[in-house]
Amino acid sequence: MPQTLDQDQGDQRPDSSVDETELLSRLRAGDDAAYEELVRTYSPRLLAVARRIAGTDEDARDVIQDAFLNAFRSLKNFHGDAKLSTWLHRIVVNSALMKLRTRKRKPEESIEPLLPSFQADGHYAEKFSSWGDRADEAVSRTETQELVRQRIDELPDSFRTVLVLRDIEGLDTEETARVLDTTPNAVKIRLHRARAALRTLLAPHLGRGEL
Amino acid sequence: MKCRECDAFLVDYVSGELPAEVLATFELHLSRCRNCRTYLEQYRATIDAGKTACDAYKEGLRMPEELIQAILAAKPKAPS
Repeated sequence: MPQTLDQDQGDQRPDSSVDETELLSRLRAGDDAAYEELVRTYSPRLLAVARRIAGTDEDARDVIQDAFLNAFRSLKNFHGDAKLSTWLHRIVVNSALMKLRTRKRKPEESIEPLLPSFQADGHYAEKFSSWGDRADEAVSRTETQELVRQRIDELPDSFRTVLVLRDIEGLDTEETARVLDTTPNAVKIRLHRARAALRTLLAPHLGRGEL
Repeated sequence: MKCRECDAFLVDYVSGELPAEVLATFELHLSRCRNCRTYLEQYRATIDAGKTACDAYKEGLRMPEELIQAILAAKPKAPS
């Protein structure tokens, strides 16, 4: 049975304020303790990144293991022109995307039913009601946050990855296009559709301000 | 500009990348169309909700000890 990933129950988190230069020189010197420090310091946040892109706990576990192994093997190519955390983040993103590409998948479901429709005269077919402050209040609650993440997971892979890379991980359009091997315009179109679909999925919950 | 065109420009509008010549027409439409203003508000709230929910997950995720041990055990002897 696949093991699920858990949230902290008040455990002490590793100190992320490490001296990256010092850690890097210890890693290059083959210091085993430095490698353990690297894994313990950076892996929780990177595991979360892997989980959002890969879409399942089980795949995220595979991704994080592959990513650290790739990082260790590529240490000689890391010249410190980016932060160590940024470099590791990039490796995890690429490993997660690789996992998606190699995973046996069902054909993607169409996102069209989740997009807004328009009347013949170009107006939205639906009349929208303001969410007001109810959306902010709802999202401050742990259970709503879990629901939002579940709805993101429901998006087809090609839309979820763009939304995660752009809106969650903060990559810009060009970098997203590069890692996905597509064009900036295709990224913008997919991002817009992913946001619109997620809005539709969240509307029954955020519009009411409750689950 | 109609709602359909307004919708197509949303992605550039929220990232501040809408060209000036389109921006004026876009904002004129918004000023006249309550439905598009509401949709824009929900579109932005959706982006914020995704970010908030996923950042909270990142902050709270526990790295399983057995997964850490598996990563450490898989390490080659020295960088190749």
